[in-house]
Formats: sequence, structure tokens, C-alpha cells
Amino acid sequence: MLEVTTTHYLVLSFVLFSIGLFGVAARRNMITVLMSIELVLNSVNLNLIAFSYQLSDLTGQIFAIFTITVAAGEAAVGLGILIALFRLRETTQLDEATELKG
Amino acid sequence: MKDLVWLIPVLPFLGALLNGVILKGRINKRAVALIACAVTGIAAALAIAIIWDYTHDPAFAGGKPFDHDYYVWMPAGPIHTVVNGVRDFNVPLGFLIDPLSCVMLFVVTFVGFLIHLYSVGYMDHEDGFQRFFTYLNLFMGAMLLLILGNSYAVMFVGWEGVGLCSYLLIGFYFKEEFPPYAGRKAFIVNRIGDFAFVIGVFALISTFGTLKYTELFDLIGKNRPLMEGAGWIGLSLAGFIALCLFIGACGKSAQIPLYVWLPDAMAGPTPVSALIHAATMVTAGVYMVARSNVIYQLAGGVSTVVAVVGAATALFAATIGIAQNDIKKVLAYSTVSQLGYMFLAAGVGAYSAAIFHVMTHAFFKALLFLGSGSVIHAMGGEQDMRKMGGLKKYLPHTRWTYLIGALAISGVPGFAGFFSKDEILHNAAAGGYWALWAVGMLTAGLTAFYMFRSYFLTFEGEFRGTHEQEHHLHESPPIMTGPLWVLAIGAVFAGFVGVPELLKGSNRFHHFLEPVIAKVGEQHAHHMSRGMEAGLMLGAIVVGLTGIFLAWRAYRGERGLATDEAFEARLPAVQRTLANKYYVDELYDATVIRGFWATCRSLFRFDAGFIDGFLVNGVRNVTVELLSQMSGLFDKFVVDGLVNGVANTLAWGSRRLRRVQTGFVSNYALVLAGGMFVLVCAFLLLRMR
Repeated sequence: MLEVTTTHYLVLSFVLFSIGLFGVAARRNMITVLMSIELVLNSVNLNLIAFSYQLSDLTGQIFAIFTITVAAGEAAVGLGILIALFRLRETTQLDEATELKG
Repeated sequence: MKDLVWLIPVLPFLGALLNGVILKGRINKRAVALIACAVTGIAAALAIAIIWDYTHDPAFAGGKPFDHDYYVWMPAGPIHTVVNGVRDFNVPLGFLIDPLSCVMLFVVTFVGFLIHLYSVGYMDHEDGFQRFFTYLNLFMGAMLLLILGNSYAVMFVGWEGVGLCSYLLIGFYFKEEFPPYAGRKAFIVNRIGDFAFVIGVFALISTFGTLKYTELFDLIGKNRPLMEGAGWIGLSLAGFIALCLFIGACGKSAQIPLYVWLPDAMAGPTPVSALIHAATMVTAGVYMVARSNVIYQLAGGVSTVVAVVGAATALFAATIGIAQNDIKKVLAYSTVSQLGYMFLAAGVGAYSAAIFHVMTHAFFKALLFLGSGSVIHAMGGEQDMRKMGGLKKYLPHTRWTYLIGALAISGVPGFAGFFSKDEILHNAAAGGYWALWAVGMLTAGLTAFYMFRSYFLTFEGEFRGTHEQEHHLHESPPIMTGPLWVLAIGAVFAGFVGVPELLKGSNRFHHFLEPVIAKVGEQHAHHMSRGMEAGLMLGAIVVGLTGIFLAWRAYRGERGLATDEAFEARLPAVQRTLANKYYVDELYDATVIRGFWATCRSLFRFDAGFIDGFLVNGVRNVTVELLSQMSGLFDKFVVDGLVNGVANTLAWGSRRLRRVQTGFVSNYALVLAGGMFVLVCAFLLLRMR
């Protein structure tokens, strides 16, 4: 039976982070981007918990709960922006919203 | 008593201050006259007391002057001198009493006081009474400063002060056209002389570093080789200084070629002519030469020049005097002529004789001028002798005193002029200057002739003026005739202080002045035989009497103007030349004045054309047209270019930089991630070190 070590968690976390980062950078749909951000945040959470377990320090887990809380807020604000954008432009495509182009 | 000498010049200045500033226009004529005469009178009394005190002092017996510095007037600091190297040069304000200044002090205060008294009567009906006495007192103060000063600097202050007062008083009637012109002429001609005088004084400063007579003459005596060594303009140092001082004296004392101002100075009131232009100021030049006798004794050549100029002036002015019809002009040319005599004496080394003549001349010439003033007063301002005649009936006091003055100036034995004139002629002959002696003799004859011509035309014969003038003829008031008689007594007896040894006298005047006339250099004692001396004296008497006799023959009694008319008909050219004073004024006008104007005009053209046109405008063109253009270009391209360059660079950079802001959120996220990555890498790298 393969023992699950901290390294395994870290690799999983890295994979999740990379997928999330890719989603943030490559996807054009804003919902997908928000979901990708959640993925990134969760990969970080995984990381924190993995180290917390290894170091037997609860601080990491508490931090993870904080992160989840903030991520919830982030998702609420992000979806609020999404709805505002959709009302204005009737689209959720990010490359339609280039007002800040220099 | 001697310590009070400072009061003598201060008193007249005080009078001028009172009349001219403090009480100006607030007091009546009596008070004005009282102040002016009182300060002069007190000064005269004080002067006599101080002279008495000094002459009874042991210092006087020892030949020592009384010399006192009151304070340092100009502390000039260290200067380089030839004799003493670097030394402090200070000009103290101080007074000197020695026999020479005693004589001048007596003459100036005494004659000045009498003329002040006379002026009270003469100026009574004139405007500007207070102004007149202010100037007169100011003059007295300046003149006393001139003769009492113990250095050339103090003398120069007085010298310029009397020049200023002379200018003010010649132009006294400033509402008329001619007097202010005459005043300016006197002032300007005097400037020429003063210029040379100042150069002479500067030469003394740079050589000896002092201007005090006592120190200076002592140093000169000790440095004879230096003084006789090379100076400037080809003269010895002594010669150069003597010449400069003499040119100054020429201006002040009206010698050729600077005499032209004195006849015109007669435009002033007659008492002024008597005081300034006969008795005192014009003799300042003679006083200065006599004071500087140490220098002149070392400058034989220049002394000869002095004598020749003096003799030439004496003769020249005497010939002009013959043909003048204005009574004051006759006296003016007579003054020029007599001043020439004084310089003749100074030039042949007879300084005491020159001062002797200054003194006697002050008496008889002031007397003659005041007499003429009395005549003019009676004639209601008329000065032309052709309109006078027979005035002896109406003006007995004036007539007798004028006659005494004329006899004195003609050198009739027993009168003052005889002794002083004879002293001069004797010294000229004794010094071997026979040509100058002959000129002096001729002048003496001419003097007697024109003086008696004026006497006969004025007082003898029939009255030739208008009926109205005849009706107004009156003798002057006692305040005018009084001074006339006092001066007449002086004109008779002043000469007896210097009776020559030949006439059983002791020539006390000459011995009195001996301490001042230092013996520098070898003395050429020309002893004449008694017979020779007596012969010369007799000759002088005969010449004088001949002049009087000829005048009597030509102008006596009923003849009046007939002789002048005959002379004019016979020799019109000569008469015109003499009457027009040899056309010297015209000559000066044509050469000096026109030359001056032409120079002024060409300088003006130079100014307008070259300086203004070329230089100033050229500078303008260079600066405005070229420099400002260049500065404009610099501003436009360099300064503005810098400003625009910065702006352009920033704009260009901004244009480039704005591309970073794509507006794609994905890009921002990528950059964010990249940035994170870089930071983490950097952090890890730093941790590993």
C-alpha cells in the first residue's frame, strides 16, 4: 500500500495550482476564470493543511479556514462584478471588457 | 595779543554771515552799514594792535615770525616726496605773522576800513545795499586769509575767495548786460592763472611734502642743488615752480597776457574798484611772489621773465591809459601799469621795493578811485571825462585829494609814490637792467601825463556836461570826503617809512622786511656811486615833472578837448589803436575765444558723429542686433529645446509604456503570476546564499 506523504500532497497542490493558473490566464469566460481562481486558492489550502499535518501545527488549518472564508467573499464579489458586467455588455467574455487598455 | 590773530579774518566773515544770512533783509541800511564797518574797524584796530605787539616782541628782533597752527585741516596721509622720502603730508590751518604779512595786514585792514566807510555814502542810493556789504566783508575775510595764511594751501583758499568776491562784485549790477559779462571774464581769466598756480603748488608738495612757508623755505635753502637741478619743460625745478606761480600771479595781478579782465572789472561799483581792483586783491600776486622770494632767487631766468613782463605791462598799459576817456578806465590801466612796476621790482630782486610800492600804491590808487567815485556820484553816474570839466568849483575836497593822489602817482618828490617808484628804478639800474630802467622811466613820464590829463579834463576848464547835470553837481557827504582826506594824508606820508639813504633816510621799510627776504644764493651787490644815484633820482623827478608839464600844456584851462581832437586828426590810426587798447580784446576774441568755440563745436561734432553715432550706436547695434539675436536663438533652441526635449522624451516614453496596459485581465494575471515567480525565485536565491 502506497503511503501518502507530504510530497504527494505538494505535487497534487502544484498540479491544481498549475491548472488554476492556466485557467486564469487562458480562459476567456469570466465564470471559468473565477472557478480557476477557486482552484488556485484550494491548492494553497491543500498546501497549508499538508504542512500543518506534517508539522503538527494547527495554525495552517486555521489559516486554511480563513482562506476559504475569504474565497467565499471573493466569489461573491467576483460574481457581483460578473452580473454588473453582463448587465452592461450582455457578455461574460473577458476580452470584451478592455476599457482599461492603454 | 598775537594769539588773537585768528579773529582778524573771522570778524569780516562774521559780518558777512550776519548781513548775508542771519539778518538778511531784516535790518535797515544804518544797521547794515554799522555791522559791516564795525567788524572791519575792529579787525583793523586788532591788526594794528597785533602788529604793535609783534614788532615789540623779542621774536621780531631775532627775525623770527609768529607761526601758529590751529588745527590740521587736511590730513592727507603718507605721500612720496623727493626730499624726505615717504612722509605724512598734512595741511594745517594756521596763521603767520612776519614783517611781510604785517605790511599787508596794515594796508588791507586800514584801507579796507576807509573804503567801507566811503561805501556807506556811495552806495546809499543804490539797490542791494546789504548784498554789497555782505560781499565786501566776505572779500575782507578772504583777503586777510590770503595774507595771514602760513601755507600756500591757506593762501590759495583766500586767493580763490577774493576771486569769487571779485566776480560777485564786478557783476554787482546784474540787471545790466555788461557787468555780469565782465565778472565772468575776470573769473575765467583768473582760472587760467590759478591752473598754473596749482601746478606749481603740487610741484612743491611732491618735492618737499609740505606747504608751510617756514618749513618749505628752510628745506629749499637746504636743497639748493636739487632746486637748481633739472625740473620740467627744460627749466630747473626752481624755475618751473617760479614760472607756474608767476603765471598765477599774472592772472590775479593783471599782467600781460592775462591783464584783460581788469579794465572790464570797472563795471563794478567804484568802491569795489578801489578796494579790490586797485589796493588789495590785485596786489596779491606781488605779495605771493615776494613771499616766494626764496624760490625766485634760485630761478634767475624766470625772475628776468618776471621783470620783463612787468616792465612790458607797465609801458603797454600806460600808453593805453593816455587815450581813454572813461575816468575809471584811465585809473584801471594805471593800476595795470603800476602792478607792472611792482613785478619789475620783484623780477630784479627788489622784493621789499615791490611791497613798498604795493603799500604806497594802495594809498594813492584807492584815493584816486574813491575820488573818481565821488566825481561819478556828483555827475549822476557819468564816467566820460569829455562831459566833465571845471568840477573844482563844485567838488573842492574831491579836487584837492585827487590832485594829491595824482601828484603821488606821478612821483613828485615828497609824495609817497616818489619814494617807492624811485626805489624800484634805482634797483633796476643797480641790478644792471638798464633797458628795464629806461622802460620804467618812460612809463613814469607817461603815468604823470595821463594822470594829469584826467585831472585837467575833470576838474579844470569849463563844464562840458548837460545843464541838468550841472544843476545837480554837489560835493559828496563827509562820510565820503573823510576817507578821501585820510587816504590823501597816507598818499603824502606813506613814503616816509622808506626814505632812501641818499636822502639822509635810513630806508626803514627795507630793513623791516629784511627777515622775510632771505638771502639765498650769491648776492650781486651793485654799488653805485652817490653821484650816479643822485643823477638817476633827479632824472626820474625830471621825467615825472615833464609829464605833468606836458599834460598842463595840452589840457590846461580853456583848452579842454582841443588837444585830443588835434591828436585824433593828426594821427587817427595811432589814436584809434590806443583808444581800442591795441585791439587786444578783439585779438583774444578772434584767436582764443573763437578758437575755443571752434574746438567746442568740433568736439561737439566728434561727440555727435563719432561717439554717439559710431561708438554708442555701434555698441547698440552690436548688443541689440547681434547679441540679442544670439541670445534669442540660444533661448529658442537651447533653453526651449531642452524644455521641449524633456516633454517629447516623456511623451515618447509614455506612448511606449502604455502598450503594457492591454486591458486583458488574463495578461494582468499572467504578469502577476510571473512577478510572483520572480519574487519567489529571488527570495529562494537569497535564502540559499
